[in-house]
Amino acid sequence: MAIQRLLIANRGEIAVRIIRAAKELGITTIQVYSEADKEMLAVNLADESICIGGPHAKDSYLNIENVVGAAIEKAADAVHPGYGFLAESAEFVRAVIDAGKIFVGPSADTIERMGDKVSARQAAAAAGVPIVPGSKGRIDAIDEAAVVAAEIGYPVMIKASAGGGGRGIRIANNEEDLRTMAPQAQSEAAAAFGDGGLYLERSIQSPRHIEVQIVGDGTRAVHFFERECSLQRRRQKVWEEAGAECLDTATREHLCDTAVALAEAVQYRGAGTVEYLYDDASKEFYFIEMNTRIQVEHPVSEMITDTDLVQEMLLVAGGGELSVSQKEIKKTGHAIEVRINAEDPHMQFLPFPGIVTKLKVPRGNGVRFDHFLYEGYQIPPFYDSLIGKLIVHGEDRADAIRKLALALADLEIEGLKTTIPLHLALANDACVQTGAFHTQWLEPWLDAESLTKGAAS
Amino acid sequence: MTTILSPLPGTFYIRVNPESEPFKKAGDAVSVGDTIGLVEVMKTFIEIKAEVDGTFVEYSAKDTEPVTAGQNLAELEG
Repeated sequence: MAIQRLLIANRGEIAVRIIRAAKELGITTIQVYSEADKEMLAVNLADESICIGGPHAKDSYLNIENVVGAAIEKAADAVHPGYGFLAESAEFVRAVIDAGKIFVGPSADTIERMGDKVSARQAAAAAGVPIVPGSKGRIDAIDEAAVVAAEIGYPVMIKASAGGGGRGIRIANNEEDLRTMAPQAQSEAAAAFGDGGLYLERSIQSPRHIEVQIVGDGTRAVHFFERECSLQRRRQKVWEEAGAECLDTATREHLCDTAVALAEAVQYRGAGTVEYLYDDASKEFYFIEMNTRIQVEHPVSEMITDTDLVQEMLLVAGGGELSVSQKEIKKTGHAIEVRINAEDPHMQFLPFPGIVTKLKVPRGNGVRFDHFLYEGYQIPPFYDSLIGKLIVHGEDRADAIRKLALALADLEIEGLKTTIPLHLALANDACVQTGAFHTQWLEPWLDAESLTKGAAS
Repeated sequence: MTTILSPLPGTFYIRVNPESEPFKKAGDAVSVGDTIGLVEVMKTFIEIKAEVDGTFVEYSAKDTEPVTAGQNLAELEG
């Protein structure tokens, strides 16, 4: 049954993105909003809207009862969760299904299976995806952890089995470290997730972050090539590219094929991302996790493959088959996305919510700006600082970087501090231009005050 | 009387977590640099610090409630 009335259970730029995709498919859009979000762009663009509670996310966007209640009241037949908030909550998926609605994403069981590090690793290994040497299952005793760590080889990462988002990860360089850190990690995991189970894996030094975009219809899955997201600050992606120039053709094909194999093995339905660490020196890649949602950086994959991934999600959620075969998905050129945050990069990235007094959006062939801004809009302080994503598509990587620098210079957002100066400095940096970076590169670069130096020169 | 103002809009907290004691109570001595509260803005917690010495009088903004930039958060004497 094709979707007719879609509730958008998110806010900000992704809500705008989903509305645009849905409208093109002739779907009626219903936007939820918190009391602090009455004035947001998605509310103006949607066909209908409904308030779901107070400004704090826990009272609105994270409140399952309120969101599902809104879907029922508005007679929606489907719910798109976007990213963040309830997008990867199996409990939310079950509540949506129990209310007789379609959830635009995988099943609750798949979300649970891929959301748990241990079961996700098992699924990956079973599908033939290389995994980082690590513990076979959860670990509850410190002596057991020491034995396993010796087998894996130091340095090892200590993670919470139930955790996510990089929280609470510790790196032990030797057994002494491990014996100090493991009990801390256990109590922290118990406090944060109600489960003190740990999980160990080898820490790969200075890896790159490579990920593969997949979409499945429950039977068949296809990939839309890979992205590289190695430029990160505090484990948050800052700048993302499609494809990853560091890969040779054979490695790229193997990487993308394993992602499809994993998606098909779990009968994946919806858009998802399989994330890997890549070791430049050995040319080896290892599975980290699978994200069972559309991701912030999906536009770069759309640009190089001329696809609308959100529409593809809506088609398969409505019971349709994938609209394309793997052979039909062709890659052209290179795309880059930079995250424009309302933060002051010269002041330790202090958030800067404010009123947009002037907005000038760059235009041009291969230039796209996904955002939720308009002149006079007061950005509320209660949510994420992401206000827009500037995406460029060039003939090759060098062309994309040139386009990016021009588009950044043309993008004017007055009334706020934003991360535009950071991206301009990165676009002009020699290491960025040659692709000589990894996931541990950006923070020391910032600590060395390269941003200030770049602006002065 | 000295007032401590919020530098940013956000959500005000008078304690580190719901189980903790408030940072300051009426009559507490306050030194320059003491944290008197937190403002959460876009998922980042900013410590609000006293810029003068004095004695704590009261919080003028409510715990866990939204505050605007420039809003009075607390009052000190001395």
